[in-house]
Amino acid sequence: MFRSKAFSLLKPISLMSGQPNLAYKFIHPAIASHGHRCHRGSVDYRQRYKTCPSSAGGRTISAPQTKVMAEEELPGVLVLDVGGTHGVLENLAALLKEHFRLITMKEFLENKKEMSKKIQSVFVLECRPNIDQELLESLPNLKVIGNFGVGVDHLDLKMISNFGVKVTNTPHAVADPTADIGIALMLASARRLVEGCQIAVSPDTKYFAVDWLGVEVTRATLGIIGMGSIGYKVAQRARAFDMRILYHNRNRRRKEEEEAVGAHYCEKMEDLLQQSDFVMLVVNLTPETHRLIGKKELGLMKPTATLINISRGAVIDQDALVEALQNKVIRAAALDVTYPEPLPRDHPLLKLNNIIITPHIGTATVRASRMMAEEAIANMLAVLNGQPIPSEVFPK
Amino acid sequence: RPNIDQELLESLPNLKVIGNFGVGVDHLDLKMISNFGVKVTNTPHAVADPTADIGIALMLASARRLVEGCQIAVSPDTKYFAVDWLGVEVTRATLGIIGMGSIGYKVAQRARAFDMRILYHNRNRRRKEEEEAVGAHYCEKMEDLLQQSDFVMLVVNLTPETHRLIGKKELGLMKPTATLINISRGAVIDQDALVEALQNKVIRAAALDVTYPEPLPRDHPLLKLNNIIITPHIGTATVRASRMMAEEAIANMLAVLNGQPIPSEV
Repeated sequence: MFRSKAFSLLKPISLMSGQPNLAYKFIHPAIASHGHRCHRGSVDYRQRYKTCPSSAGGRTISAPQTKVMAEEELPGVLVLDVGGTHGVLENLAALLKEHFRLITMKEFLENKKEMSKKIQSVFVLECRPNIDQELLESLPNLKVIGNFGVGVDHLDLKMISNFGVKVTNTPHAVADPTADIGIALMLASARRLVEGCQIAVSPDTKYFAVDWLGVEVTRATLGIIGMGSIGYKVAQRARAFDMRILYHNRNRRRKEEEEAVGAHYCEKMEDLLQQSDFVMLVVNLTPETHRLIGKKELGLMKPTATLINISRGAVIDQDALVEALQNKVIRAAALDVTYPEPLPRDHPLLKLNNIIITPHIGTATVRASRMMAEEAIANMLAVLNGQPIPSEVFPK
Repeated sequence: RPNIDQELLESLPNLKVIGNFGVGVDHLDLKMISNFGVKVTNTPHAVADPTADIGIALMLASARRLVEGCQIAVSPDTKYFAVDWLGVEVTRATLGIIGMGSIGYKVAQRARAFDMRILYHNRNRRRKEEEEAVGAHYCEKMEDLLQQSDFVMLVVNLTPETHRLIGKKELGLMKPTATLINISRGAVIDQDALVEALQNKVIRAAALDVTYPEPLPRDHPLLKLNNIIITPHIGTATVRASRMMAEEAIANMLAVLNGQPIPSEV
């Protein structure tokens, strides 16, 4: 009977093409309570699970029974909530449930004693649930924190690592939609799109003035600060607008990569700032990039230039930005990110007319949210199954 | 402006040329003007890039709900950013371009960089090398383009043939998840049919830089819909474009007055 149960859980699941066949599946409850991990001395069980179902004598279990047992024996994943404005989207929760037992924070808090042992992973979405010392201490079998999204600046990587817990993120799912938003913000700001929409619908509009102009994007100079996956995709898109592309990065890209998008390396960020019509921030937030753009940097930019931020709010010194925009030190700014999010309702940035702010929508598409969930699931399962982890994040 | 009517033409005995600032000449009675022996010129070169840019800007802004997002970001009622607020993807989506002239082709060049699948419908088919350079597939039947596209962009000039090119039938052929973008002339769309299609979610959304008239009456139903964005005909509203259009118009007018080859006569 034991063997049949094990085989009923042997569903090969391939989430994304190229992912290894996840044939190692859990787990007898007795093993689960020990925080079973396939690669930790349980070779016997693993071998047994690997053999083909027919060796069990062809015995099968009825489907509902299989489902019930499968759910109970799946590894637990902790999420803040399902549905609503902060919870995991319902359709994504369904994806999680195919591989995990979904435990909400509410369920966990109501039954800590029993739930704490089941939780082997935490699915973090928009910085929730908050991963603090107290939570980590209460989850003895926690193996991995699977972040939904690529930025992990909200996680104390060192502290988490001290608990022997791994952290993973989703760099592949975020790159295209985030690059798209960068271009969208650049175009919208340059062409005064939001202002234009207000004019088009305003009850006071009697005619469209001809002396109302924006600035050109085609053939302008774009300076990309941070040329990782997302920055490179921004460059690919900008090239199609015949933009002159400068970039600044910790490391220089290979010559073929530069030539493919026509990008020129600026070893000194100052050179990029002085020459660009549009400056786009595409770095991750680290101690080195915190307040990367302050009063000095804004002062180096052209008075006709636009600053676009699709990285993290704290990369910009916001007080310096307010001053620069008020005094027209730069033409305008377009931010998908701020600190905090949302800004306090009386924040000066909200009162300026040469800024557009979007509510951190860089990955807010149907496809991206699904891909991020799939990528997070694949990463978490890889950790739990002792397989190569596609996107692990290490503390520095 | 100024309006070119018979009275004005009769009062200008030495008039040789009307130099239009911009490419569209649907507001000029070309036949009447020609009868007075007056030439008409426009500025196709100056308008192409900024208009293509606005087409892409509208497509991105609509897909990602940018204008709505800006309102949320500044609204006094906003306490948090909801995670169940989503737009649709542009990268790798299908863009159908109706009208593949200079502007339409530049739209295709830009869209290609977003890995978009590009379909186009045009009076004439482009050369194979031109198609391949942007990865565009010709749709002889506009219906095929409408049925397959996630984004439909109108980039035709306004003529009797393209007047109300997009009506109830065409909107019905589009996907319910599709977005209609118009950077040509308002009258290319049957606006009443568009209102109905947007109200009944026959299509997902529309983004218009042009309407008829401009501006729309302040009580027009299009202004009340939440799945539309309208910009005040800003396709060429940039510092550089306005200068280039003036320079191009001047060059054309001087060519006529000097009896030289005319760059852009209509």
